[in-house]
Amino acid sequence: MTLSRLGSASRILGVLTTILMVVTLYLALIWSPPERTMLGNSVRILYFHAPAAWTAYLSFGVVALASILYLWRRTRLWDVIALASVEIGVLLTTLTLLSGMAWGQVIWGVPWTWDARLTSTLILWLIYIGYLMLRASVDDPERRARLSAILGIVGALDIPIIHFAVLWWRTLHPAPIAVRPGGPAMDPPLVIALMVSMVAFTVLYIYLMTARVQLELTRDAAEAVRHRRELALGD
Amino acid sequence: MKVQPTDLSPQPASRADPSEMVARPLLKEGPGEGLRRYLGQVAALVWKDLVAERRTKEILSAMLVFGLLVVLIFNFAFDLQRVEMTLIGPGILWVAFTFAGILGLNRAFALEKDRGALEGLMLAPMDRSAVYLGKLVSTLILMLFMEATVLPVYAILNNQGIRLALIPVILVGTLGFVAAGTVFAAVAANTRTREVLLPILLFPILVPVIITAVGATGIILRGGASDELASPLSLLVTFDVVFLVVGFLVFEYVIEE
Repeated sequence: MTLSRLGSASRILGVLTTILMVVTLYLALIWSPPERTMLGNSVRILYFHAPAAWTAYLSFGVVALASILYLWRRTRLWDVIALASVEIGVLLTTLTLLSGMAWGQVIWGVPWTWDARLTSTLILWLIYIGYLMLRASVDDPERRARLSAILGIVGALDIPIIHFAVLWWRTLHPAPIAVRPGGPAMDPPLVIALMVSMVAFTVLYIYLMTARVQLELTRDAAEAVRHRRELALGD
Repeated sequence: MKVQPTDLSPQPASRADPSEMVARPLLKEGPGEGLRRYLGQVAALVWKDLVAERRTKEILSAMLVFGLLVVLIFNFAFDLQRVEMTLIGPGILWVAFTFAGILGLNRAFALEKDRGALEGLMLAPMDRSAVYLGKLVSTLILMLFMEATVLPVYAILNNQGIRLALIPVILVGTLGFVAAGTVFAAVAANTRTREVLLPILLFPILVPVIITAVGATGIILRGGASDELASPLSLLVTFDVVFLVVGFLVFEYVIEE
């Protein structure tokens, strides 16, 4: 059955993720030198921060796609994929915000400024927290899938809108006095560490997706078995 | 009394022009007819809401009093005699507008849900998007009433002049609010937690509208140049169009079943 195939794929991805993460840790924390111009050792935070942000956006893109496909085809699998991707996306956005705050504390001296990108990310995080609350608040599975698909679509369409609004808003206020990375080109070892980490996080995302989808489908199967048994006992 | 079974069967073709039975009008009618009928349906829905509101006076009174209370609370929160009003005034106004608007949106769909009226609307032979537009327009009208009262009271209490340039900003800002708000009010009405969920779902989505509306209001209250207003206004209009189109397309999925 597809469930068992999903299980073995998930196991293989798990091993692959572990290897890639160990390599990333080595490259990011030991192998790569500190950044020369102004970031110093704090650049090591970015090897986790940027990939987490990228995978968070990836996951919300997947949510939008799965939501559209759900409304079109009405198959449970798309709803499960959307749910899994939101949960992982919220986790990754939380990691993005926290690692960003750690980095901000080192470089800016404050964990938070209302900079355009920080603000957009925070709003994004709140939208998908709302998505999870919406799901928790509807009991009927079909209705839950349908209503959350609508939020999944509108939420993703809102991302560029938030971006433009926040950019315009930032130009009204004084820009935060901040040292921004990426002025001079990064050294090759730093780029390599970042790229490997990007790949590792992407594989991590796929691994978590397969594991979460497998879990939800297993729950469905267990529910079906229990339902059948209740019917049998009732007779 | 028993209904004759023949009444339920499809009408014999001889009674009506067969071509009319196959393709239901929109295209077959003269140019603009279909659209006129659609707008007539929307107008009927708006009229229904306004008549219901005139008889119960539930929504508008709640929105008005709540909007004024928000202005009052801000007065104590910030000691408005001492702060620069042009800086925080726009924020106070839009918090009052949006919070009061949430009350109106929640009530608009709670009424339909409570007495099963939504099912009746869905049975009516019209496009589901007409229900969306009808609810949107009636909520918009109620909100504009509320804003037309809260704004002058705010101005008098805080010794501020009212500028006519505020009208287009409030209009497009409120339109964006109800365009997205109507969709999510319908979503929230279908959940267990209902009223509680609406602001949680709606506010993050609406942050762009609130940001630009507050910014544009601030420019006007400061007496800024009119070309400064161009960019927030065009952003607001863009947001309105996006939310309207998305709401229009997505709404039928909210109230299906």
